[in-house]
Amino acid sequence: MSEPRETLWETMKAKGHSRRDFLQFCSFAAAAAGLGPQATAAVAEALEKKSRPPVLWLHFQECTCCSESFIRASHPVVADILLDAISLDYTETLQAAAGHQAEKCRDDTMKKYAGKYILLVEGSVPTGADGAYCCVGGRSAQDILKEAAAGAAAVIAWGNCASYGCVQAAKPNPTDATPIHKLIGKPVINVPGCPPIADVMAAVIVHLLLFGRGPELDAQGRPREFYGRRVHDTCYRRPYYDAGMFVDAWDDEGARKGYCLFHMGCRGPVTYNACAVTKWNQSTSYPIQSGHGCIGCSENGFWDASPFYRHQPMVQGFAIERTADAIGAALGVGVAVGVAAHAVTTNIRKRPVISETVKESAPAGQVEEEEAK
Amino acid sequence: MNKRIVIDPVTRIEGHLRIEAVVENGVVKDAYSAGTMVRGIEKILKGRDPRDAWAFTERVCGVCTTVHALASCRAVEDALGITVPKNAELVRNLMFCAQYLQDHVVHFYHLHALDWVDVVSMLKADPAAASKIAQSLSPWPKSNPGHFAAVQQRLRKYVESGQLGIFANGYWGHKAYKLPPEVNLIAVSHYLDALEWQKDIVKIHAIFGGKNPHPNYLVGGVPCSFSTEEVGAINTERLNHVASLIKDAIAFVEQVYVPDLLAVASFYKDWGAIGGGLENYLAYGDLPTRGYGDVSSFLLPRGAILGRNLNEVHEVNGKNEEEIREYISHSWYRYAGGDDKGLHPWKGETEFAYTGPKPPYEQLDVEGRYSWLKTPRWKDHPMEVGPLARMLVAYAKGNTDVKELVGAVLKKLDVPVTALFSTLGRTAARGVETQVVAHWMKGFFDELIGNIRNGELRTHTRHAWDPATWPAEAQGVGLTEAPRGALAHWIRIKDKAIDNYQLVVPSTWNASPRDGKGQRSSYEAALIGTPVANVDQPVEILRTIHSFDPCLACAVHLYDPDGRQIHQVQFN
Repeated sequence: MSEPRETLWETMKAKGHSRRDFLQFCSFAAAAAGLGPQATAAVAEALEKKSRPPVLWLHFQECTCCSESFIRASHPVVADILLDAISLDYTETLQAAAGHQAEKCRDDTMKKYAGKYILLVEGSVPTGADGAYCCVGGRSAQDILKEAAAGAAAVIAWGNCASYGCVQAAKPNPTDATPIHKLIGKPVINVPGCPPIADVMAAVIVHLLLFGRGPELDAQGRPREFYGRRVHDTCYRRPYYDAGMFVDAWDDEGARKGYCLFHMGCRGPVTYNACAVTKWNQSTSYPIQSGHGCIGCSENGFWDASPFYRHQPMVQGFAIERTADAIGAALGVGVAVGVAAHAVTTNIRKRPVISETVKESAPAGQVEEEEAK
Repeated sequence: MNKRIVIDPVTRIEGHLRIEAVVENGVVKDAYSAGTMVRGIEKILKGRDPRDAWAFTERVCGVCTTVHALASCRAVEDALGITVPKNAELVRNLMFCAQYLQDHVVHFYHLHALDWVDVVSMLKADPAAASKIAQSLSPWPKSNPGHFAAVQQRLRKYVESGQLGIFANGYWGHKAYKLPPEVNLIAVSHYLDALEWQKDIVKIHAIFGGKNPHPNYLVGGVPCSFSTEEVGAINTERLNHVASLIKDAIAFVEQVYVPDLLAVASFYKDWGAIGGGLENYLAYGDLPTRGYGDVSSFLLPRGAILGRNLNEVHEVNGKNEEEIREYISHSWYRYAGGDDKGLHPWKGETEFAYTGPKPPYEQLDVEGRYSWLKTPRWKDHPMEVGPLARMLVAYAKGNTDVKELVGAVLKKLDVPVTALFSTLGRTAARGVETQVVAHWMKGFFDELIGNIRNGELRTHTRHAWDPATWPAEAQGVGLTEAPRGALAHWIRIKDKAIDNYQLVVPSTWNASPRDGKGQRSSYEAALIGTPVANVDQPVEILRTIHSFDPCLACAVHLYDPDGRQIHQVQFN
């Protein structure tokens, strides 16, 4: 195997192509991309200087549903991401190498591209038992994460495990499962969901590549473009909610007619995600469309807000832009402690949404500061 | 000469697993398998609403997803005496089949193939010759020279970029790779095609369960509703979508996956005598056709085979406390009544007691406790679970669909029936199973359409939905088959909440440490006798481990006879 080379130009040069060949290729590439001849120089510069961004994908306390979701991406398709957009140098799920050869892939990238690679993390990190609850290659998850995060240009937390701890962090959290933003001292892009929607995952990566920076984030470190609205506010069953028409038993007449699932425990009113818009599996469906209420799988601590089939208190008559706070507050007063805590975070995260025209995106580190206030 | 190798992590699996083994004179002499991650989901379930358990337990695995939810719903239904409506059974069967098709195909191409297929060798292939071979195997329309040339060109550009991404540091050029460049090109081309196709088949989960991974389930039936008069229900458009997905799936399995499997296998027939391991096989069975309560109606039958004796299939009862028990002699747990006894899962305990080395560590104490997995036994026998176990039980019970296909595969490869008990047999059984399941799936769909045509729309049994109707105490078991083997959940309900919940998953059967009597489980047993041509590149160990389709991340060590690590291999 050839030694890694930095750029396409170097590759062409090594294969005996002239500078003229290279520029011809660039003008062809510019035209193919729908750009005018004036773009040739820019394309040449990019191909001369830019290699595919190296990406490391670490796996800790997880079920691999984030990886499984990712390979369902449809735009762009995952083969295009893997072969053309990025260089996925480490992922235990797909990479050919094993053992120390796999670890060498990771270590080489950390060394060679220090400060330039993108770090993706799937899974939470157990801090109990000196790290013995999750080891890879005899090293603790926390040890591996800290080392990899130190040199990363950007860090993405896939799913609820890496973002919030998820199922293993539910009470009594036997392993002290911890979200990654609490363990590393730099901003994290949280992409919650159990798992996140495949096309949202692809979009977050492409956003980094396309715009050269991360997407705008809310106070919980989530990309606003996907987590800025409640499932309830974008749900096609919303008119039934407003009209007071509900499913009241599984398999009843209302269920067959597609009425609102609020009475069956649907958490669409307290869940921020793109499910109702982007939908799942190439826009085939989303949970509510298939007859089950939203379980709120992209929310912090949603497992402890169960039971999932409990009928939430009804709040009617509020306009779309007010319901998040209103419903959050009502739940906080009326129901369980877990839900009350949830209402508080709902209000916190609502703040930047309300003033979204003036506020800059907040890095994840600020979340705790805001919570502390 | 004895050598000890460390492979950690073993990749192209789900989760975190470590195996330690001894290689002597180029052959594995002993091996130890260790799970290195624990989450404690059983502890988390205590005190929760039993109707929510499917959602928690589905998150045990994002690869198997749906089958955990199914086992959980069945456990609760068993405890509360609920029988689901026929349409719910059919929808569950359809989701089960969709899971198998996606999972087995992804396993073959994306998790297992690189053990047999040399990606770099395909760059030397003649696309026209590859096309000719592919066309001789099946009528798949993409098998033209232009398509193969385009794929080769794309990979060439990728390799020449110097950034090899997921293909970096593979064992390319290892002499254990035997495929001609053209067959490697076909396989890599279909690696990409399969990556695209697998996204489609899981849309069946999205249609009935709202999303994949982790589709939604419901105790008492399924959450989706049928109506031929409503846009908001599973209507004719949705059903047509399912029909076309099934049709495409059958074409992909029969024209791409199975022909590729046989083409690759024909170059590796020697693997029909390697990696057999245990001689006992266990299957809980699934795909009921007359209700889950009628085991004789299952298309995948239930049973146990001992000593490779296909003339006798033993009955299996998940409720019999003498049959299935979990041991912890070599696991990091503590039992209140003593660590030497096995516990039936209804009485199971999950108390962490880590006694291993503090990370970072070089090796585990394989003579003592060395895994987060417990060790399940059936009547104290170690059992292999998975596609091979299911196909052997079906074969031994005389299932005609399975017998016919197994016979055809043996004939095509020109190998004896004993070749089934091997690494090759395990991989072939998965292909046979995918093919029969694809056709059964069509049958379930046709039956569902028939029911709807006859006005049968029920999808949920309501009578025990309200906890107020539940007894003060109840217990149940839900059995199913994950793609990688026998899976069961046991639940005890007390005062309307979960009092105890225990899962025994396929990888616990296959990947567990040895028991107190020193009996090895599947991985450890199967590795014994595996040849290793080059201890620096133990691709042969990966072949056997991957043939089980492990559901946890693993690592392999090879020891000298004293158990001392003499060489930790650096793979360069």
